[in-house]
Amino acid sequence: MSVLKIKQETLTAWVSELIKKTCLYAVQAKADKFDFELLEDAHALRLDYDVSNIPPKKYFQPPVEELLRFNEQEFKTTVDDSPFVLFGVHPYDVNAISQMDKLFALGNKDVHYLTRRQNSTIVACDVENASQNVFSGCLGFATADEGFDILLTKINGGYLVDSRTEKGQALLKHLPAAAEKATAADLEERETVWQNNIKLLQKHKLKARPEAVTAALDKAYNNPLWEERAARCFSCGSCNLVCPTCYCFDVQDDVNWDLKSGLRYRCWDGCMLQDFATVAGDHNFRKNKADRYRHRYYRKGKYVPEKIGVFSCVGCGRCISACVTHIANPVEVFNKIMEDV
Amino acid sequence: MCNNGKKDIYLPEFATVLKNESMTETENYFELKLSSGKDLGHMPGQFAEISIPGIGEAPISISSSPTKNGSFEMVVRKAGNVTNALHSVEAGKKIGIRGPFGTTFPVDTVMKEKDILFICGGIGLVPLRSAINYCLDNRSDYGNVTILSGTKTPAERLFTDELVQWQNREDVTLLETVDYADDAWKGNVGVITTLIPKINIDPAQTITLICGPPIMYKFVLLELMKHSIDHGKVYVSLERHMKCGVGKCGHCQINGLYACQDGPVFKYADIAQVKEAI
Ligand SMILES: Cc1cc2nc3c(=O)[nH]c(=O)nc-3n(C[C@H](O)[C@H](O)[C@H](O)COP(=O)(O)OP(=O)(O)OC[C@H]3O[C@@H](n4cnc5c(N)ncnc54)[C@H](O)[C@@H]3O)c2cc1C
Ligand code: SF4
Ligand code: SF4
Ligand code: FES
Repeated sequence: MSVLKIKQETLTAWVSELIKKTCLYAVQAKADKFDFELLEDAHALRLDYDVSNIPPKKYFQPPVEELLRFNEQEFKTTVDDSPFVLFGVHPYDVNAISQMDKLFALGNKDVHYLTRRQNSTIVACDVENASQNVFSGCLGFATADEGFDILLTKINGGYLVDSRTEKGQALLKHLPAAAEKATAADLEERETVWQNNIKLLQKHKLKARPEAVTAALDKAYNNPLWEERAARCFSCGSCNLVCPTCYCFDVQDDVNWDLKSGLRYRCWDGCMLQDFATVAGDHNFRKNKADRYRHRYYRKGKYVPEKIGVFSCVGCGRCISACVTHIANPVEVFNKIMEDV
Repeated sequence: MCNNGKKDIYLPEFATVLKNESMTETENYFELKLSSGKDLGHMPGQFAEISIPGIGEAPISISSSPTKNGSFEMVVRKAGNVTNALHSVEAGKKIGIRGPFGTTFPVDTVMKEKDILFICGGIGLVPLRSAINYCLDNRSDYGNVTILSGTKTPAERLFTDELVQWQNREDVTLLETVDYADDAWKGNVGVITTLIPKINIDPAQTITLICGPPIMYKFVLLELMKHSIDHGKVYVSLERHMKCGVGKCGHCQINGLYACQDGPVFKYADIAQVKEAI
C-alpha cells in the first residue's frame, strides 16, 4: 500500500465524509487543552494538539464499563461491538494501546477489551507540537511502526497518509478525490519529521536507555527517594487516571429496583489510592504512601516490562502535569535511581 | 451486543446452595453444587469467585477435597458486603461461581511419598482442609501426616467433628492450640509457633504447607528454619485483595507476581526474596 499525499482541505472533506459514515472520536479543543470526543464537525479536528487530557484508552477500557447483566435466571455477558474510528492518536498513545492489547490478551483473554479493540480503526498522527512535559523521545515512543491502521504525518503542503491495514484501506475509500502518491522527497521529509520528533519529544531527559532503568530498579527497592518523594503524595490517584498504561480496575454491581436484576461493571481504579490493596480485617498490604508510590514506578519500569518485553511508561508526560504536588515525574525518579546504583 | 462466541472470563455460572450452616459466630459452612451438574474441577489450594448478584463478588477458597464428588464446600467469614449477604442465602437458592482459579498445593507431585506437615492458623484451616482430606483419601501415597492447628479461642475452632476424627486416626498426628483458653479447654495454650518444637520432623523428607493470617507467616517460617527446613519444601497460601481473579485488575499484585494467577499457593523458595510477599 503506497503512501498518499493530501491537502488540508482534502483531509477536512475526508473527515466530513467519515463522520457521516462511522462513529468517529477525534481530538478537539477543550478550553485551553485537548481531548478525544465524538467529532461532529470536521473543522473541530485539531491534529495540531500537543497532548489530550485523558488518553484514548477510555475507548477501549471505558471509565465505567458494563461487563454483564443478571436476573434470577441468568448471567449474560454484555460486550460492546459497535465499530468506531479513533482519529489523531499520537505515537506514544499508539504504543500504549499496543501494550494494552498484549496485556488484555495475555493468559486469560478479556473479551470486552479485545472486542472493542477489534472493532476499532486507529488513525495515528505524528506529533506536530510537543507538549510541555513529553519525553517519549527518550524511550523510543516518539514514533510508532505498528499498532495503527493509518498514520498521518504533516509535511509541507498537506498530510502524508500511510495506510497499513485493510481497515485503513476501508477508510481511504471515503477520500473525496483520488489522492496523489507521495514522492520520494515527501517520504524523506517525513523521515525528517520522525528524526526531529525523537529529539523534540524530550522535554525531560532520561539519562540512559529504558533497559538501564529496569536494571537499576533491581537495586532501588530501599532507596530513600521513595519515602522522600512520597511524603508529599496526596494519594489522589490522578497520575493513574491520566496514564495510558494504567489499566487496573475495580468491579461493582448495580441492582435494579426489583432487587433481582441488574448489572456488573468495572471502573478505573488506581494503585496510588489508599485502600487499593486492603483486605478484610483492615490489613493493607501497601499501607504507606511510599509503598504505593514505589509500586507505580516498578510497574512501569520492571513488572510490566518483564511480562511483555516493553517499557511500560511511554513518556506522554500526563502524570507530570496532573500531579499538583510535582512528584510524579518518572524521569526524575528514574534518573535518581540510576545515579544511586 | 454480542460476545463473538468467545468465553467471557468474568461470566459466573450458577450453583445451588445445598447447605448453609453456622460454624462459629462469624463463619458459616456452605455446601454447593453447580447447576450444570458438573464437578467444579478444582485441586486443593484453589479458590473461586462467589457472586451474589447485586452485591458483588468475593474470592473464597474451596475447602473440600476434589476426591469428594457431586458438590463442593466453602467456609465464609463475615467481613463485609458479599460475605454478609452470603450468610443469609438460604439452602435451595442459587449464587454465582467463577473458577476454580489459581495455583494448587502439589498433592500429586512434590508431596507424593513425603511426610506432610500442615500448619493452619485460624481460618487458614479452610483451604488446607482440601489438601488434608486429599492426602487422607489417598493415605498410602504419603508418609507421616502431621497437622498443627491454632485459633485465637476455642470458640473459633472450625470443623470440630473432623478435628476429632483426625485426632482419633493412628496415621495422623494432630496438635491444636489456642491463644486464649476458656474454662473447658484442656489443650495447649499459646500461639501456633509453640507447637513446632513439640513435633518430630525429618527436614529432608517433609513438605510443609502453611495458611493463616498475614502476620503468622513470618513467625512460623522463622521457627521452621530453626529445624533447617529447606525453603523449597515449604508451600504457603497467600491472601490478597482480589477483584477479577484472572490476572487483569491488578489488585492482588505482590511486587511483580499476581496472587490470583501465580498464587495463591507459592513455593516459599520462589517468594523468599519477593519483598511484598511475607
Ligand atoms: C485466595 C483467597 C481465598 C480466600 N478464602 C476465603 C475463605 O475461604 N473464606 C473467607 O471467609 N474468606 C476468604 N477470603 C477473604 C474474602 O475474599 C474477603 O473476606 C472478602 O472478599 C470480603 O468481601 P466482602 O464483600 O464481604 O467485603 P467488603 O464489603 O468488600 O469489604 C470488607 C473488607 O474486605 C476488603 N476486601 C474487599 N474485597 C476484597 C477482596 N476481593 N479480597 C480481599 N479483601 C477484600 C476490603 O478492603 C475491606 O477491608 C479469601 C481471599 C482470597 C484472596
Ligand atoms: S498525582 Fe501526585 S499526589 Fe496524586 S497520587 Fe499521583 S503522585 Fe500522589
Ligand atoms: S507514567 Fe506518566 S509519562 Fe509514563 S505513560 Fe504514564 S502518564 Fe505517561
Ligand atoms: S485478582 Fe485481579 S489481577 Fe489478580
